[in-house]
Parts: sequence; C-alpha cells; structure tokens
Amino acid sequence: MSGTNLPVLLPEIILALYAMAALLIAVYGGKDRLAGVLTWTTAVVFVALAAFVATRNGVGSIAYDGMFVDDAFARFAKVTILLSAAAVLVMGQDYALRNGLGRFEYPILATLAVIGMMVMVSSGDLMTLYMGLELQSLALYVMAAMRRDNIKSTEAGLKYFVLGALSSGLLLYGASLVYGFAGTTLYSGILTTLNAEVPLGLLFGLVFVLAGLAFKVSAAPFHMWTPDVYEGAPTPVTAFLATAPKVAAMALIARVAQDAFGGIPGDWGQVLAAFAVVSMFWGAVAAIGQTDIKRLMAYSSIAHMGFALVGLAAGTAGGVQAMLVYMAIYVTMNLGTFAFILSMERDGVPVTDISSLNLYSKTAPLKALALLVLLFSLAGVPPMLGFFGKFYVLKAAVDGGMVWLAVAGAVASVIGAFYYLRIVYFIYFGTEGARLDSRMSSVQWLMLVGVAAIMLLGVVNLFGIEAPALTAAEALLG
Amino acid sequence: MNNLLSIITFLPAVAALILALFLRGDDAASQRNAKYLALIASTATFVISLILLAKFDPANTGFQFVEDRTWIVGLTYKMGVDGISVLFVMLTTFLMPITILSCWGVTTRVKEYMIAFLMLEALMLGVFCALDLVLFYLFFEAGLIPMFLIIGIWGGVARIYAAFKFFLYTFLGSVLMLVAMMAMYFAAGTTDIPTLMAFDFSSDPIAVLGMTVTGGLQTLLFLAFFASFAVKMPMWPVHTWLPDAHVQAPTGGSVVLAAILLKMGGYGFLRFSLPMFPVASDLLTPLVFWMSAIAIVYTSLVALAQSDMKKLIAYSSVAHMGYVTMGIFAANQQGVDGAIFQMLSHGFISGALFLCVGVIYDRMHTREIDAYGGLVNRMPAYALVFMFFTMANVGLPGTSGFIGEFLVLMGIFQVNTWVAAVATSGVILSAAYALWLYRRVAMGALVKEALATITDMSRRERAIFAPLIVMTLLLGIYPAVVTDIISPSVAALVTDYHASIPAPVAADAASE
Repeated sequence: MSGTNLPVLLPEIILALYAMAALLIAVYGGKDRLAGVLTWTTAVVFVALAAFVATRNGVGSIAYDGMFVDDAFARFAKVTILLSAAAVLVMGQDYALRNGLGRFEYPILATLAVIGMMVMVSSGDLMTLYMGLELQSLALYVMAAMRRDNIKSTEAGLKYFVLGALSSGLLLYGASLVYGFAGTTLYSGILTTLNAEVPLGLLFGLVFVLAGLAFKVSAAPFHMWTPDVYEGAPTPVTAFLATAPKVAAMALIARVAQDAFGGIPGDWGQVLAAFAVVSMFWGAVAAIGQTDIKRLMAYSSIAHMGFALVGLAAGTAGGVQAMLVYMAIYVTMNLGTFAFILSMERDGVPVTDISSLNLYSKTAPLKALALLVLLFSLAGVPPMLGFFGKFYVLKAAVDGGMVWLAVAGAVASVIGAFYYLRIVYFIYFGTEGARLDSRMSSVQWLMLVGVAAIMLLGVVNLFGIEAPALTAAEALLG
Repeated sequence: MNNLLSIITFLPAVAALILALFLRGDDAASQRNAKYLALIASTATFVISLILLAKFDPANTGFQFVEDRTWIVGLTYKMGVDGISVLFVMLTTFLMPITILSCWGVTTRVKEYMIAFLMLEALMLGVFCALDLVLFYLFFEAGLIPMFLIIGIWGGVARIYAAFKFFLYTFLGSVLMLVAMMAMYFAAGTTDIPTLMAFDFSSDPIAVLGMTVTGGLQTLLFLAFFASFAVKMPMWPVHTWLPDAHVQAPTGGSVVLAAILLKMGGYGFLRFSLPMFPVASDLLTPLVFWMSAIAIVYTSLVALAQSDMKKLIAYSSVAHMGYVTMGIFAANQQGVDGAIFQMLSHGFISGALFLCVGVIYDRMHTREIDAYGGLVNRMPAYALVFMFFTMANVGLPGTSGFIGEFLVLMGIFQVNTWVAAVATSGVILSAAYALWLYRRVAMGALVKEALATITDMSRRERAIFAPLIVMTLLLGIYPAVVTDIISPSVAALVTDYHASIPAPVAADAASE
C-alpha cells in the first residue's frame, strides 16, 4: 500500500487552495466588483488545470490506501468536467452582468462544485464517493437558489435540496448495507467479497446506491426535480447543471459499477438498462408538450442520460468508451445550445418561451443555421455528431448482446426527434410576430457557431477523442 | 485519382460551405453570385463525373473506384460504384445544374436555397456511392433535412403540412431500416456492403409472438428495409405523402424529388433487398407484384381525376415507379435492366414535366388545369416541348419511356402473366391522362383573358430543356448507351440471386 501519497491529489489541492484564496480576496477586496475578473480567472485556472491533468503521466496511481484513484478514466472525466465548467462560466458572464447576477460567489461555488466532481470521479471508496458527491451537491443547491429575490429560483434551490437530500439518504442507506455485508467500504474490498460469494444484502445495497446515483444524473424514474430546477435556476446555473455535474455523476456510476461491483455485471446491467429505457422514452414523450426551452432541455437531458446509460448497461470496455464519447458530445452540444439560450432576449428582457423563436432565421440567418445544426445533432439526425454518439452507445449495446435495448433506443430517438423538429419549425416556418433581439455577446456567438462547426466537422475523426476514451475505459476495466 | 468518388460527392458540399460562410448580404448582386456559384459548382461536378464514366469499366461486375479508410466508431468510410449505381451518379450530376438553372427566378433567401440544393446533391451522390451500411444510412437520412427545408420554406400555401408529412413518413420508414441494420451487424459482424451481399442471412423459420415467420430473419430484415424503400419509392399504399410534397414544393424541389430522390428506393431494392435477402425477396415477390400492379392502375385512375397539374404528374410518377418495382422483382435480365432504364428515363421525363409546369406557373401563378387552354397559340415552342415530354411520359416508341416500360413488361411476362396483363393496361391509362392533360392545357382556342399576354419560353428556359430532350431521344433511339453499362452487373446480380434461392423454388419459377 502506498499510504497517503498526496501528490496524486495535486489538481484537487490546487483547486481547493485557489477557491479559498479567491474567497478571501473577494470578501476583503471588493466583493461583487470583482465578479467579472474572478469569473475569467476561474475559467483560466480550470483550463490550465485541465491541461495539467491531461498531460500527467499515464500510469494509474492511488492515494490514501486506495480511497482515491487517479487513472486514465478519472483523468478523461476531469478534463471534460474542467473544460465544460470553464466554458459555462465565461459564456454566462454577459447574462449575469445584464441581469444583476454578477456575484463573486458564483465562480467560487462553481469551483467548489468542480472539486467535488473531481473527487467523485476519482473515488475508490464509498466514503470518498459520498464526500465528493455532497461537496458538489451543496454547492449546486446554493447556485440554483442564487437569485434570492426570485420565487422560482428559490423554489428551484429548495426543491433541489430536499430531493437531493432524499437521494443522498438512499445512497447512504445503500452504502451502509454494502458495508454491512462486505465488511469494507473500499471498492477493491467489495469486489473481493463478491468474487467469493454474492450476499443478498449486498444486492439490496447496490440497488439503493444506484438509485441515489440515478437521481444525480437525473435518470428516470428519479428525474422529477430536473424540469423544475432547470426552469427555476438562473440560466447560467442551468447551463452548469446540464453539463459538468452530469459527466461527473455518469462517470461515478461507471466507476462504482465496474470497480466495486465488476463481478456481477448482469445484476447492475439490468438495473441500468431499465433506467435507460425509462429515461429515453420518458425524456422523449414528456418533452413534447413543453413550451419553455429550459424545461425542454431538462427533458432532453433526461433522454440523453438514458442513452449514455445504454452504453454502461452493456458492461463492456466498449460500452464505457461509448459512454465517455457520448458524454463528451452531449456536453459540447449542450454548451452550444445554452450559449444560445443565454442570449435569448426580447427588448432586452430574457425570454425562454419556444414560440419567441418565431422566424428567427430571418433575424439572424447564420445563428439560426448554427442552432439548426445543434438541434438536429441533439435529435441524433445524421450526419451531425449527435448521431454518432447515439450510434456508438447502441452499437455497444448490440456488441454486449442487448439488441432489445438498442432497438428501444432507436425507437425512442425517433419520438425524441419530434420536439427538436418543433423548435426548427418555429425558427424557420413560424408566423410573423414579435421577434427576438439579434444581439449576442461575442463569447456566446463563438460558442454557438464553434460548437455547430464541431458537430459537423467532428464527422471526420471525432477530433481524435476515441483513443483517449478507449484508454480510459480500459483503465477502468483493467 | 483514387478518391474520385469523394471529390464528386463532396464538391457540392464544399461549394455550399463557401456560400454559407463567405457570401454576405441579400441584395441583387449577392443573389446573382450565389446562383452563379451554385451553377458553376454543380456543372463542375458533372464534368468531373464524366471522367468517372469514361474510366468506368462495364465488363467488371465488381465495385470500382473503391475507397476504403477506417473511420470513427469502428466504421469504415467505403465508397465505390458498380454498373448499377454509376448511372445514378451520372443522373444526379447531370440534373443538378439544370435544376439550379430552373431556380433562376427565385428571389427569397436565394443563398439558403442554393445551399440547400448543393447539400442535397452531395448527400444524394453519397447514397449512390456508399459501400458501408452506416455510411449509406447517414447519407440517406441526412438528405431529408435539406428537402424538408426546401419544401417548408420555399413551398406553396400548405407547405408546412407537406414538409412534416414528408419528413415523418420517410423518417419512420428509415428507423425500421436502422433497426434492421443493427440486427444485420449483430448477425454478420460487419457493416461492409460487399461482404453483406455475400453473407448468407439465416432463412430458417422463426416464431415471433407465436406466429411462425417463413424465411425467418431474412423476411424480417426484408420487411424492415422494404418499409423504408417503399415509402421512398413510393409504392401504393404509402405513396400519399408524394402528391402533397410535390404540389407544395417549389419547382426545383419537385424536379429533384421526382427525378432523383425517388430513385433511392429503387436503388435500395437493387443494392440491399435482392442480393442480401434473396429467400425473403423470392417469398414476397407476389406481394410486391400485386402492390405494383395496383399502383399502376389505381394511381393512373386517380391521375385522371386531378385538377392540379403537379398532382397529376405526381400520381403519374407513382404509376411509373410501379413498373420499376415490378421489374426489379421480376429478377431476370430484362426486368431489372428495364427497371433501371425506367428509373433513369423517368428522371429525365418527370423532371422535364415538372419544369414544364414551372414555366407556366412562373407566368400565371396557378397550377389549375382549368386556368389554361390554347397555349399553343401564344407559346408554340412551349407547346412543342410539352408535347414531346407528354409523349415520352406515355411511352411513345423512340423516346426513352418506351424502352423502360417495354423491357419491364417483357421481363414480368416471363414470370407472371396475369400481373403483366394488368400492368399493360397502365400504358393505355397513362396515354389517357397525359394526352387529356395536354389537350386541356395546350390545345384549342385561346379564350382565357388572363392568357392573352402570356409570353413564350425565354432563352434560359429553352436552354434548360435542350439537354433533357437530347437525353430522352438518345436513350429512346440507342438504348445501348445505358444497357451496355448496366447489363454485366445486372447479369451478375440476377445469377447470384437465383443461385441463392433454394432449388425447388427456383425450379418452379423456371417451369412457369
């Protein structure tokens, strides 16, 4: 055993120190006047750290006697988390300033949440898992309720907190059962126990743990909080919720399933498959009636999580690789879409109603085209990257012998295509009426058009993301 | 020139990208630039595709100009053409400059219009060149987006209904195809089309929901592909999206839809259904025959009752596609040769007919047959062109329409006399509705006041029709230009097909 081995945690330690320093400086140095600078600094720190994590040596190493694992899988997830968090921070800046949300706490809370996520994906023990998860969640609860004087934002924060606490309770209950039957909270210890025999209590524990984690990725039937929180939270926070935490929680599920319960893939595979099917269909069907684009994106993310779970349910290295690629594509698509949602204004007032997009293609043809690409990509229409993400996970399911799951996924994607098409309908064929303003900050414009270009150009070679994803998947299963 | 096919396929896409990124403004000058760039790009594509045709070796029945690279998601980027697909590539590249030239009068959102057509061309070419199942699906599906937009933005009054109907019909069909593709990958472990064509899918009976399915997996896969191609074709009774789409689409959209997009269904039957699922094809041949026969008679009768010119031609298209499916499933040299010939010839003729409607629609802004009459008095050149293509549509000997229908009927007669008899009545019906249409539009005295000042075709319009007339005549008088290229590949297809069917069935077919 390697003992404490602190250098393994270097990125997390740096980020924690940065968060504390930033807090001190902001409190004593000028509070909200520093919000802008702080946001950009945080984003730069995230990007620098992502580069640092990405270039660390390839061999996996552990700290705290295996409670904390740093392998290729964790690194892949961390880079995705850091980069997407940085992007969300900078693209929400303009919105925050114009709507009186320019608080210095925002980037600091985001930093704390990111630390939590990084701990989550590196967890090698149920205790580390819980610590990371709670650090992330608590920061996110506060962020959701950031706009204190707004009833919807407060409601979102409260709802998120109450249901989040419930899910944490489920998770803890499951963890305690696992501990009771395995005699350890270390993943490697649980795996050893399972290799000898499979106690029934351990399976109960597994189901509870998975239910708690499903809540975090907002997989149906544990998705109830998602639409309300997405709608109520300030839009930059919604963008944040939709991206980095999803990657972290999905990676965490993969880590727990493979590292701790790798001996019984059939058991958790069917649970995840059930989550996946329900999420894909419910996400697709329930979105049809939505009129608010943020609620719609909530259902869209539920469906997308279902697809990512399809990859995991396959239980193979190919499945994990597919999930990682899928999440990377999902996050990128959502960044572009939210960059646009953040810019939706009419007469200077933010709007989120889908019908406000009426004939947007006449106001801003290029942006409308970029949005069209993104929406078709979200729907999974070829040749956009979104299609390849879906194809990747469905192929993994077929390879893993779950043809029925792949067929269900294909059918759900058709139903899901309908509501994206409805937005396209408004953009291109809508009726004359009040139009959206055409202004957009340059960062948002860059994100929107850049992501649309990525969705099209990625068809060439997926920007070489496959090989690192495969390395990551093999590190996890290795 | 190992990547000739990629160059041909992606040249229009590159031009579309240049238009999207570098052309600004919506004044007359930039509209003109957009049109010229689109015309130059599509003409260049046609010129390059001539090299393809020149270098193509008809005697080789395998795939030529093959490009094979590893690609993402464990897929391969594989392109190639054989005698069956090469002429569809030529048809597409030949018709696109004509289509773009016919859109010269468009004034709303010209740049986007041109981008949509160029993207559509790239995707259609991709469909005919793709040699990987997923790559094929990719091009096949993606082609929906530009066509959806073309109908929905530049279409007529009820364009949105038509656009959605078009999208949902075809999308639903192709999802079944995607599911079948997954099953094929699961069974064969590859998505490579040439390998799959040689692969022997199980035809042992299996039970689904308590019912025994004869032909087993092959039948299920066949039906899934059939759903997609039958909608695309379109075959009776899933043809109802076509009249709506045609009526609402702008002229250029109708031309591409009728002349090229519909051919994807026929091409799909030839590339997938016959070679990959021979047992199932053989089992379901009677079904296809009767569906085609009903399509020919029923839609011809429906065409007789139309008061809208575009709708009439749309129904006539469905009837003509009935010959194509019939010929393909006759599965003999004449039948398949005739089906391909009919598809190519229908590409020229129906495209030209929609252009004919476009010419007078541009002047009078109505497609009602009753609004016209006696056009020959003021538009002699137009009346001549219209008559030529009406006759070609009827299948007058000397035009390409005759060769296609005759070959198909000859092929089908050897297999099923009754179906051949029913189908032949379609020849008479097509003469009835086409000639009656012509009489009502062009003949008689010019009594309608609105038509008193109508002008004859402009030089641009004449230039559009000239190449189509040349091709229709050339194919009609000297069909060997086409059959020399397709026959070897068709012969190989037919031989393989009959070799794959269990012996007793083949013997029955031979003794009939």
